[in-house]
Amino acid sequence: MKHVAILQFPGTNCDLDTKYAFEKLGCTTSIVWHKERELPSNADLVVVPGGFSYGDYLRSGAIAKFSPIMSAVEEFANNGGKVLGICNGFQILTEVGLLPGALKRNIGLHFISKFQTMKVVNNTNDFLQKCDKDEVLNIPIAHADGNYYIDEESFKELESNEQILLRYSNEKGEPVVVNGSVTSIAGVCNKNKNVFGLMPHPERALETILGSTDGIKMLEGLIA
Amino acid sequence: MTAIVNIFLKQGVLDPQGKAIHHALDAMNFEGVEDVRMGKQIVLKLSTNNKEEAQKEVEKMAEEILANTVIEDYTIELI
Repeated sequence: MKHVAILQFPGTNCDLDTKYAFEKLGCTTSIVWHKERELPSNADLVVVPGGFSYGDYLRSGAIAKFSPIMSAVEEFANNGGKVLGICNGFQILTEVGLLPGALKRNIGLHFISKFQTMKVVNNTNDFLQKCDKDEVLNIPIAHADGNYYIDEESFKELESNEQILLRYSNEKGEPVVVNGSVTSIAGVCNKNKNVFGLMPHPERALETILGSTDGIKMLEGLIA
Repeated sequence: MTAIVNIFLKQGVLDPQGKAIHHALDAMNFEGVEDVRMGKQIVLKLSTNNKEEAQKEVEKMAEEILANTVIEDYTIELI
């Protein structure tokens, strides 16, 4: 049975949804307070969940970067451990430098909260291995700072290394502008393909009654 | 000594807030505004009076936390 460590910062609000999601998929979980210095020794996956760590003060994720637990997460990732950042977790992982780029204020300045279709760009990684390339998924998004930015040179690298995970799209898979992200990027991974970040919330898409079950195959890929 | 750190999105990085302010100014018929950049200012009261030391220390703060140098530039003013 896989064990998932879920971080909790002051202002994190998706920790319990994430716990519910991974337990539903048959994992054991632990919530790890940000002041801890060590991750559970049996952790197979670390999830930095969504929310508003430190009230998004200064910049989203900027202050969480210096929480004691983050050095342990960096070490875990640098040793090849799998790390997933969802929404604010994605912002934190870019601030820490575990993922390339940065997330700016949405182009329309609004907080966007809705179901959004997106296309699987690359599935040559653990996270999207259970999805088909070019498959269109329907997953909720809920963010104000999801406008992904990366400079041109790093973007080329991202593209050629197959590090782009998802792009916001219409139902046909054609890219659409949702928040102003460079080429509609919704999620990326690092070069070694063990650290993943995305703005959409797969943990909120596990049940038909809640509108979509597309999140299951994403999360399952990480615990396969 | 006081350090004033001004942080702005880099030139070439689209600034959605600056753009929205620009649109509002246009809508209010303020003419002649060519560009608007929105940034933030952080004012630090320092115990040191040594300018060189302060500059070095505040630069370190800006690089490590105050600015995200992937998307932002900063300036430091010491008074």
